[in-house]
Amino acid sequence: MSMAILIKACELGLIFAILSLGEYISFRIMDTPDLTVDGSYATGGCVCAMCTLAGHPILGIAAGFLAGCLCGCATAFLQTKMKIQPLLAGILTMSGLYSINIRIMDGAPNVSLFSNSLKPVWTLLSDSKTQLIVLIFFVAAIGALLYWFFKTNLGLMLRATGDNEEMIKASSINVDLMKFLGLGLSNGIVAVSGALLVQYQNFADVTSGTGMLVLGLAGIIVGEAVFRKHTVASGLLASVFGAIAYRLLYTFALKLGFAATDMNLVSAVLVAITISIPYLRSKRRKKGHA
Amino acid sequence: MLDLKDVSVIFNEGTKLEKVALDHVTLHINKGEFVTILGSNGAGKSTFFNVVTGSAPVSGGTIFLDGKDITDEKEHIRSKQIGRLFQNPSQGTAAGLTVEENLALTCHSGSGLFSIAVKKKDVELFREKLKVLNMGLEERLKTPIGLLSGGQRQAVALMMAVLNPPKLLLLDEHTAALDPKSAKTILEITNQLVHDEHMTALMITHNMTDALKYGNRLLIFNDGKIVKDFSEEEKANLKPADLLEFYEV
Repeated sequence: MSMAILIKACELGLIFAILSLGEYISFRIMDTPDLTVDGSYATGGCVCAMCTLAGHPILGIAAGFLAGCLCGCATAFLQTKMKIQPLLAGILTMSGLYSINIRIMDGAPNVSLFSNSLKPVWTLLSDSKTQLIVLIFFVAAIGALLYWFFKTNLGLMLRATGDNEEMIKASSINVDLMKFLGLGLSNGIVAVSGALLVQYQNFADVTSGTGMLVLGLAGIIVGEAVFRKHTVASGLLASVFGAIAYRLLYTFALKLGFAATDMNLVSAVLVAITISIPYLRSKRRKKGHA
Repeated sequence: MLDLKDVSVIFNEGTKLEKVALDHVTLHINKGEFVTILGSNGAGKSTFFNVVTGSAPVSGGTIFLDGKDITDEKEHIRSKQIGRLFQNPSQGTAAGLTVEENLALTCHSGSGLFSIAVKKKDVELFREKLKVLNMGLEERLKTPIGLLSGGQRQAVALMMAVLNPPKLLLLDEHTAALDPKSAKTILEITNQLVHDEHMTALMITHNMTDALKYGNRLLIFNDGKIVKDFSEEEKANLKPADLLEFYEV
């Protein structure tokens, strides 16, 4: 593989690292796989694209974050105030977001950021090296912020809610509020990843969110194979390096001749197998004892 | 301090499965009392706790805490004043959080939401408090609590309940899931903490000896009613065998 392809893979990996960081909050901290992601990822991208076209690329990322937070809050609302099962709540939001995303882009299913009046945002960062460094800095900043957050009182309350909801119900912490916070933050960060990808590719597409939940989970799971400790630091590192490693594997698989469209299946199989490993192991152990 | 006026709880009201869990219970608990509660399964003890904490709604009646009507107050609001410990140690602690993080959860009063939860001075306080338990827990502050034994977890849960002393502490068979030795330790610690912190505490137990040994008042529940209310003096003259007659066979 050429150096250029490797760097490209790392850059994409870093963008998806942000996706995995966001999903880490819902999947590991809150302990619920949140299907909103497939919608909020695209929402972040769509909002960012429109802001960028209006001449505000940086603002676009912030706006994408806020839009993602709203998506997460919508799911939290369905879960807590309407008592809809977490999985269904996520699916409902995701499904509804498809229409909203098209509305955001003025009725178009996709938008290109190339135009006569506008320089592609990513070329603002002159060469590939700067792009990589900016991305590394971005990911590190989000990771560090999350690490700090999970050590604060509020972060601790959020972690405890995901860990033992019954206990938190019996405490003075408002469980519903924690779900709004967790899902909002998670989807906000997911949306930032979507926004960055749009700027990276200079193209926003309403279907860009499809399969992102599983892709993000694959990143977390690959990372957890190396960072095994169940601490926040380990989990965040696993999300970042897992996502990058997974992107490198992905690129390698493409080189080997896998079709890009097959990769969703590869991710899904990987996640399915990895999640069931503990169960399969315990089953085998039981058989061994009998 | 805690007053129940004519409190009833009826499950599945109006159906064939109707069950009266609490039947017009009126009760006054004084500040500083350590009340032990006995009763057979289904007598209404846990339901009594549930209506006090707000995890179950009342079908009728009023509950007052320090003269304030709390009948319709939400659970998480009430829990600022009411601490509760459950039978299962895993219910009272968050397994994935370390010992110090669990303790910090209950002890964040005075510092903002965005300040670091476990500060140096907190660690000193935790270490000091845990030393009293004599279980070596002060050396395991950084251990995820899920790796501790049931007895150790319950000890931490107890410590969490008293670090930020609640007006009222409810102990729901909190030693029932422990081995006899740990159970004894936890009970001794409970007794000591309740005395030291001058707390008002209610303790459900199935162990008649414990019910007589600890506390200064004894209530016996049967069929949703309080059938006996022994004062400290009366309690002192009771033997476990005397209590058996109050159990439905």
